[in-house]
Amino acid sequence: MSWVVLRLGRALLTLLLLIAFTFFTLAMNGDPAAAKFGPDIDPETLEAFREKWGLNYPLWKQFLIYLDGIWRLDFGLSFRTGRQAWELVSARLPATLALMLPTMFFSIALGVPLGIYAAAHRGGRADRLTIIAAVIALAIPAFLLGLLLMYVFSVWLGWLPPSGWVGWSSFLMPVATMAVSTASVYARFTRSAMVEVMSHPMIETAEASGLSRRLIRRVHALPNIALPLITITALEFGNIITYAVVTESVFAWPGAGRLLIESVAGRDYAVVQAIILLTGSTMILANLLADLAYGWVDPRIKDARRPRPHRKEARA
Amino acid sequence: MSLLRQLPPLILASFVVVAVLLVCALFAGPLSPHDIAQVDLRNRFQPPVLLGGSWTNPLGTDSLGRDLLSLVLRGIQVSMTIAAIGTIGGAVLGATLGFVAAWIGGWVDNAIGVLIDFQATIPNLILALALLAALPQASFTLFVLIMIVYGWEQYARLARAIALSAKAQPYVQAQMILGASAARIITRSILPNAMAVLLVNMSINFPKTILVESTLSFLGIGIQPPDTSLGVLIGQGRDQLYNAPWVALAPGFVILIATVSISLLGDWARDLVDKD
Repeated sequence: MSWVVLRLGRALLTLLLLIAFTFFTLAMNGDPAAAKFGPDIDPETLEAFREKWGLNYPLWKQFLIYLDGIWRLDFGLSFRTGRQAWELVSARLPATLALMLPTMFFSIALGVPLGIYAAAHRGGRADRLTIIAAVIALAIPAFLLGLLLMYVFSVWLGWLPPSGWVGWSSFLMPVATMAVSTASVYARFTRSAMVEVMSHPMIETAEASGLSRRLIRRVHALPNIALPLITITALEFGNIITYAVVTESVFAWPGAGRLLIESVAGRDYAVVQAIILLTGSTMILANLLADLAYGWVDPRIKDARRPRPHRKEARA
Repeated sequence: MSLLRQLPPLILASFVVVAVLLVCALFAGPLSPHDIAQVDLRNRFQPPVLLGGSWTNPLGTDSLGRDLLSLVLRGIQVSMTIAAIGTIGGAVLGATLGFVAAWIGGWVDNAIGVLIDFQATIPNLILALALLAALPQASFTLFVLIMIVYGWEQYARLARAIALSAKAQPYVQAQMILGASAARIITRSILPNAMAVLLVNMSINFPKTILVESTLSFLGIGIQPPDTSLGVLIGQGRDQLYNAPWVALAPGFVILIATVSISLLGDWARDLVDKD
């Protein structure tokens, strides 16, 4: 129980740090009023603008007002459009999720079996090919992969719509762009987890009792790789968010990721804050859930004296 | 010679690619056939030699009639320089914090631990975007600083773990008893032990830094024109994918072989240090 409380406290601390981070970095953003109107504006308009957006309060008071606003999903007004930031963001969310969920599904459906297959043929040609393909897939920037796909399938072959959301065929290239690197992370990670489990003495025992390799893999090895896969899923969730931001911009997808880039370029900090807080808290929640699931499935983890698994290394 | 023959062909090819890129980055100026600022609107969208262009502009020209080969060379120089500064800076920053955390312990260790956790939880690109949005206008120096911060927590975690285990070793404890300063023990005894691990992490981090830099520049919020990088060039070329695909594809190909070969080398180096 104390273990759960500890994890919960840590998640809350990270959340608070995130809120402080977005608030203070974005508040450092000079004077938004001057930035919006330029140097030729008359002082009264400037003052009215500052009054309207609460820019005249001291920083700490603005922070408290901001914290209070977050409870009510009030992230302030977008400077560019004058609308509620949350309204803008939530309108774009379904399009982003429509990319993220298929990406998650295909990455796991392709990557995990590929990793298991590679581990089963360890050292063989299929194994080496998988590793090299995974390194290459991870090294290609998402925006470049997207652009190459667009060049081949839209410009060259003319099979797929180059951008926007015009039908189900619009999904193919963005999802492929995002899924290639995520699937290769799953493949590599599954492979190394599988190799590690298969070198455990219990596997030798099972072999000595005459069980078939196939049965051993399914009954003894697979449950053991489920644990690390939970962690990698939480981590990959963050990477998929990152890919969504980039991919949406490449394919002019009407999602929250493109809104984020437009808002960063336009210095529209209410919207940037809303999206960053949303992705950040999603990640904190995903990590918390993974930690809890981890401890729930494998009671040994709850022992606080044990070192935490090196989660970041799994990303490479 | 025998060492060369032992290398897998893919690794050897990667070494060659990296060497060529290094030469391009170091001698981008002298190698360039034209001045990158030389705009010639009558000479726009000249195709590369392979597509029937002339040797005056071997890779063709862009929408302003600038020589693409010279632009790509300058792009390699900028992208590689930023990635190098970002990687080395990140390693120094992260390793220092990791050593400090392990050596002082207590609340300092906890505070740095919370920061590591925070950085590891929130996607790096998202944090970089938040910082970029906070800049009143685009600034080259601040952009490089963001690249330095990128990935620091991995070095911090590695350095902290190595320093913690070294602290319990007799050779370090002996030095502590003899009254050696913390700085001396860390730089003379612990750092050499950590170097292999840190260098491998740097070789893995380097292509990732190129990736983040080019992504942000591509999106128009990294390096700003008139300065250029490989990402900026691809971003400018994406609008001409139909009529002049080479403007985006030439720098794209360079990024592709650069990040792939450096990643292959990093992966190979990691396997050398840590055999699974």
